[in-house]
Amino acid sequence: MTDKKHPSGQNHQDDQSSPVSRRTFLKAGAALTAAGTLGLGTRAAQAADKVRIGVLNPSTGTYAELGKNQTRGAQMAAAEINGSGGVLGRELELIVTDTASKTGLAVSKAHQLVSQHGVHFLQGTVSSAVSEAIEQASKDMGTLFVDSGGHATPVTGKYCNWSTFRVCTTTYMLAAGIADTLMKKYGKRWYFLTPNYAFGLTEQAAFESILKANGGTVLGSALAPLGTTDFSSYLIQAQAAKPDCLIILQAGDDLVHALTQVNQFGLQHKFGVAGGMMELEVLKALPESARVGAWSFEWWWNQPNTPHVKNFVDSYRKRYNGEYPTARSWFGYVATHSIAQGATEAKSLDAKKVARVMGGMELPPEVGLEPATLKFRADDHQLMAGIFAGEVKSGGSYPDLFNVLNYEPGASIAQSAAQKGCHMSMPS
Amino acid sequence: MTAKEFESTPSPHLTLPSSPKQRDLRAYLPHAIVWVVLLTAPLWMPLVGGYTLLATRVLVLAMAAMGLNLLLGYAGALSFGQAAFFGLGGYAAGETLMHLAPSTPLALLIGMLTGGVIAAILGPIAVRLRGIYFAMITIAFGQAFYFIVVNWNSFTGGEDGLLGFSRQPLHFDTMTVPLSGINYYYLTLFCFAVVAALVAALLRSPLGHAFIAVRENERRLQFFGVKAGTLLWIAFTISGFIAGLAGALYAQLNNFISPAALHWTLSGDFVMMCVLGGMRSFWGPLLGAGIYVVAENLLSSYTDNWMSLLGLMFILIVLFFPKGVLGILRVRVKA
Amino acid sequence: MELLLFNVLNGLLLGVFYALMAMGLSLILGLNRIINFAHGGFLALAGYLAYTLLPYLGFFGALIVAPLLTAVLGVLVERFLIRRLYGRDPLFSLLLTFGLVLIMEDMIRTVWGAQGLPLQTPAILQSALSQTYFFITGYRVLILAIAVAFSIGLLLFLRYTKVGLRILAGASDLDTIAALGVNIYQLRAISFAAGIFLAGIAGVLAAGWQGLTPQMGDALIMPSFVAIIVGGVGSLLGSLLGGLLIGVASGVTSAFYPQASQLVIYLIMALVLAIRPRGLLGKKGVFE
Repeated sequence: MTDKKHPSGQNHQDDQSSPVSRRTFLKAGAALTAAGTLGLGTRAAQAADKVRIGVLNPSTGTYAELGKNQTRGAQMAAAEINGSGGVLGRELELIVTDTASKTGLAVSKAHQLVSQHGVHFLQGTVSSAVSEAIEQASKDMGTLFVDSGGHATPVTGKYCNWSTFRVCTTTYMLAAGIADTLMKKYGKRWYFLTPNYAFGLTEQAAFESILKANGGTVLGSALAPLGTTDFSSYLIQAQAAKPDCLIILQAGDDLVHALTQVNQFGLQHKFGVAGGMMELEVLKALPESARVGAWSFEWWWNQPNTPHVKNFVDSYRKRYNGEYPTARSWFGYVATHSIAQGATEAKSLDAKKVARVMGGMELPPEVGLEPATLKFRADDHQLMAGIFAGEVKSGGSYPDLFNVLNYEPGASIAQSAAQKGCHMSMPS
Repeated sequence: MTAKEFESTPSPHLTLPSSPKQRDLRAYLPHAIVWVVLLTAPLWMPLVGGYTLLATRVLVLAMAAMGLNLLLGYAGALSFGQAAFFGLGGYAAGETLMHLAPSTPLALLIGMLTGGVIAAILGPIAVRLRGIYFAMITIAFGQAFYFIVVNWNSFTGGEDGLLGFSRQPLHFDTMTVPLSGINYYYLTLFCFAVVAALVAALLRSPLGHAFIAVRENERRLQFFGVKAGTLLWIAFTISGFIAGLAGALYAQLNNFISPAALHWTLSGDFVMMCVLGGMRSFWGPLLGAGIYVVAENLLSSYTDNWMSLLGLMFILIVLFFPKGVLGILRVRVKA
Repeated sequence: MELLLFNVLNGLLLGVFYALMAMGLSLILGLNRIINFAHGGFLALAGYLAYTLLPYLGFFGALIVAPLLTAVLGVLVERFLIRRLYGRDPLFSLLLTFGLVLIMEDMIRTVWGAQGLPLQTPAILQSALSQTYFFITGYRVLILAIAVAFSIGLLLFLRYTKVGLRILAGASDLDTIAALGVNIYQLRAISFAAGIFLAGIAGVLAAGWQGLTPQMGDALIMPSFVAIIVGGVGSLLGSLLGGLLIGVASGVTSAFYPQASQLVIYLIMALVLAIRPRGLLGKKGVFE
């Protein structure tokens, strides 16, 4: 990106508005000839000067804030890469577009990015449904896609394929990272508040299997639809079950609504309140008294003993008005750096060659930014990112809202590819 | 022509010319232009910043909007639940490919039947109502199916959508045609052409004239002993078949279908497409779908504030161009 | 059994909230003949305004001022946009307000950010009234009290004031009261503003209960429409009843089969429309 101030895709057009018309005109002639001689379906001529990544994040709708943070991380990574010579000596350009978390629009945009903008790689997504749809579309187009923020297990499980990689953890890892802490801290009789879609259901299954293996009891679960704003009836059921701990598996706005109401009913004083994925964006949206419980973070900005993290946080804050990077910022950052690293090591922009390098690729510590060394597993293309398990700080203020008690390296809590149902086959 | 006049007279251009004498070149010209444009779309789309999938998307949504327009523009019934038949058609197609047989034509057929049969079953309840009550009961149907699909995880994939099917090559006697992006566009265009031809024939028939009579003067219709409800039911059912087919095409376009395809906001988008293009014109829904899809795609690629621009477009159309783009063009031509 | 009682009570609390929104919608639908999809947008806007005003006015100050400001915006929207739709096909009001929703959501996101925000409620309202009935918090009692007060106030206003009587008369026969020399433009503006004011009150209350997001109105708008249709268009009492009915039905359903808690709302609407096409208390001839 040439313009660092504006995170939207707007600058892309502004920067290029004059050359585009001329190029389009030339392209028109070329395409007409091509269409005439080669038949239909010729891809638009791709300008050879830049390396392009299409960034498919929502900047409107429920997941807008999460999507924007992923984009911010990606843009910072692109700026760093271009500052040190680009990819294969060429400038890296991000083309950012809004998916509004609508699957149909997102698939259409993916095709647009590839066939019109000539992007070489795709990254992004927050909603699991969109991730799965883009995974399918990128496979059909033969384009490499890095899922930065869609957590559903099947992306690197049942539907895994050569062209898709994932930065964020699976729901199983989210559960496994915190389960021990919860059993020790609160006890082993749990009740679940679960959003009724793959993300929540698979996470609940993971928690249940770990709990049962440790001799605990599942008292029941309340399945709330995605987008629930009033959780009172579910909380009434949960309270009636008298659990040791209420496991809340909602994400995003749903989690905000659920915790706000848990706090209004004072349930955190009756039993433990905890869950899988917590995000800085969510804690920020909660009133102070509703910031409670023990959770998994996928990345946390305050890691005094991990090298490079402070640097990253400082330059991120400088770039984005003092905002602290969230796990989402890190997802986007890692996704862009991984693609660049993959292309550099493969000495090619060819999706298959890059994919072959990225399977098993280790990230340098200044990109990984976690105590453990991170790598993409070759047999399912899942990044072995760790979990920061801990507690919400009582009386904390932004950004110091969370105490990390335990870091679980990803490799120690991930299911194997086979357990997830992934049978990876690379194209010849 | 005043607005009042426009609303109340069944204007001649609503239906296609009915006797061969009248079918001069001028009447054919707009149709010829439309078909040439559609047939050559994959050639010129890339030149104006489009791509094949976008063109296919336009055609699919235009088909659903054209079906809806039978109700909205011709019979004057505001259906706000069209997405239900669209989405159910899509799910039926996906399930067919996954569980019945890997055949795209079969998936299309079953998708179409699903949309149509469910519309036919629910129709009798809806057609007793008029005005906003009709709109609300169609929303109720749509939302009911939406929540069933969302909650029936084991069969529909729930909130995450249905994945794991893909469109299949077409087998003919002598050859097999793979459904690449371009070929799928032409398959969709073929389906669209069949639907458009049937709708045109329907509108030219006495039944089509009767639909307009439902809109214009229901009481007079009753005087002639025709039940408006029956006519509405027929229109509702046909539009359900068309929406089901469009949905089946849509599911195979992305090889994916999610509950959003049944949500009332998509029904609202279909209504907007009809109004945008001109709901009293045969090609209005097609033009409206084109403008809507392209605007949504372009605006959201270039600005985060695209929703405002889209909303502004809605407002301007309603306030200043209620007859849609084709309505404006027609006034220009006459003047 | 206790669970059922809890859910009935909880459903009533929820229903009262739907009713508050539905009455505003119903007022606008009745006299202005406008299907106001933008109601949810106004609701969210009032919530966000309250968030901004809270540090200066306190919760209760914001609870009154934010809806008033929203109502002022409502008057402007009525004057410059909605007024052009009177007498036209309801389709157009539906689409115009659909467009308004998009703009309002976008504006809110641009001004206040996409991130959710909490609205701080007074500390005294934050605790539950009793250990057993832990879900009846002071704040929810406040919602109940305000909703009941506004419902009664609105009904009294319509029955016993000149303007109210005219609105009521206009809702059933606008031509006649216009012929009697009543300024119907003014009357419509008042009724629209009153409807938006109610949406604003609902918005601030919802913000304290759920928190603020740019799309917070979306989840509330459909149940409120259902409440109107179930209760009968043109009957404010019907809207109140409709809101309570779907609130309780949805609450009770979530006790036994939570997956159907939203479905049941639409099933009730379809059932009511199939049996009593004009709703429980609706009159024939309104809005057809």
